[in-house]
Amino acid sequence: MPQFDPSSFASQLFWLLVMFVALYWIVSRIAVPRIGEVLEQRARVIQDDLDRATQLKAETDAAVAAYDKAMADARAQAYEHMKVIQADMKAVADKRTADVAATVAQQIADAEARIAQAKQSALDSLKTISADTARDVVGKLAGLSPDAGSVDAAVAAALKDAR
Amino acid sequence: MAEHAEGGHGPMHQFEIQQLIPIKVGGYDISYTNSALFMTFAVVLTALLFWGATRHRTMVPGRLQATAEMLYEFVAGMVKENTGQEGMKYFPFVFTLFLFILFGNFLGLMPYAFTYTSHIIVTAAMALFIFVAVTIIGFARHGLHFFSLFVPPGAPLGIAIILAPLEFFSYLIRPVSLSLRLFANMLAGHVLLKVLAGFIISLGVVFGAVPFIAVFGVTFLEIMVAAIQAYVFALLTCIYLNDAIHLH
Repeated sequence: MPQFDPSSFASQLFWLLVMFVALYWIVSRIAVPRIGEVLEQRARVIQDDLDRATQLKAETDAAVAAYDKAMADARAQAYEHMKVIQADMKAVADKRTADVAATVAQQIADAEARIAQAKQSALDSLKTISADTARDVVGKLAGLSPDAGSVDAAVAAALKDAR
Repeated sequence: MAEHAEGGHGPMHQFEIQQLIPIKVGGYDISYTNSALFMTFAVVLTALLFWGATRHRTMVPGRLQATAEMLYEFVAGMVKENTGQEGMKYFPFVFTLFLFILFGNFLGLMPYAFTYTSHIIVTAAMALFIFVAVTIIGFARHGLHFFSLFVPPGAPLGIAIILAPLEFFSYLIRPVSLSLRLFANMLAGHVLLKVLAGFIISLGVVFGAVPFIAVFGVTFLEIMVAAIQAYVFALLTCIYLNDAIHLH
């Protein structure tokens, strides 16, 4: 077996040493630092991206929260406005209703007064007509001419009974 | 160097060391051989891979960069997982070891190639270096307390006295098992491929199909073994380093 031929050992050991040292130099001076740098840089970029994403997400969340708050505030404010306006409108409406009601009541009262007056005057003229009629009837039928006072009293009594 | 009945094409021929450039220094024969040539290929290919992969260094990696990053992260993950953060200073060494063995195994699978990891002297040298280095790291970090590595944790005194010599022996046997595992796997795989391939020729076109299919399958198996053995060698190195750094 060539493996157990010691005549080649010195040469193999020498070149093993030379080549291994050369490879070690290449690996430790070129391969490892360069690839290590690439991997580190990549890890850094990824970490930076993740950090930025986290930061942007926080900003977005803050913006959303601000938006929600603004919306809630606006809604509350609008509600307040609406309440004030509703109250104002109700007050105006109540006032108008009251005014109209007062006017109507006044007109009703006036009308009632006029009706009462008309009724009174009608009653008064009825009294006069009744008295005159009674006097004429008495004058024509009985030939009497009763004095105005007794006729009036009799008519008043009769009207009182008729009522 | 060794003679074979089949005229240099026997299953062992592929392991022969051939001098390409004879060099002699102080009585030592350190000729540039086919083994050294394939080590050179491994170094040059690794250098090209990492040079090409890190030429542009883009945020989204291309194919070459992704390959280099995958290798890096695979070994870095292995070192970190098995030795913790303190072990990471040995990461370049483990990475070199992994790449050196991986490229040696893979290059050796190509036809007419030489597999330098199929030589016990190479694997033994690497294993012994690791053994000595780990022992030095252990004593440097823990002093004589490093001997507590041989006492199983939580064992009663009586059992510990019996187990300690066994642990010590298993510690000493580490470089042997580490080097033999890689050497034997590479040797056996390549011999198997060569023998099976030889059957294709000797059985002819019709019956040769059977060993042909076998060679086809075993080639895939050997590709797997090539990667697994590089991984196992590096993983065991990490485990030994962890023992030296953390004791158990």
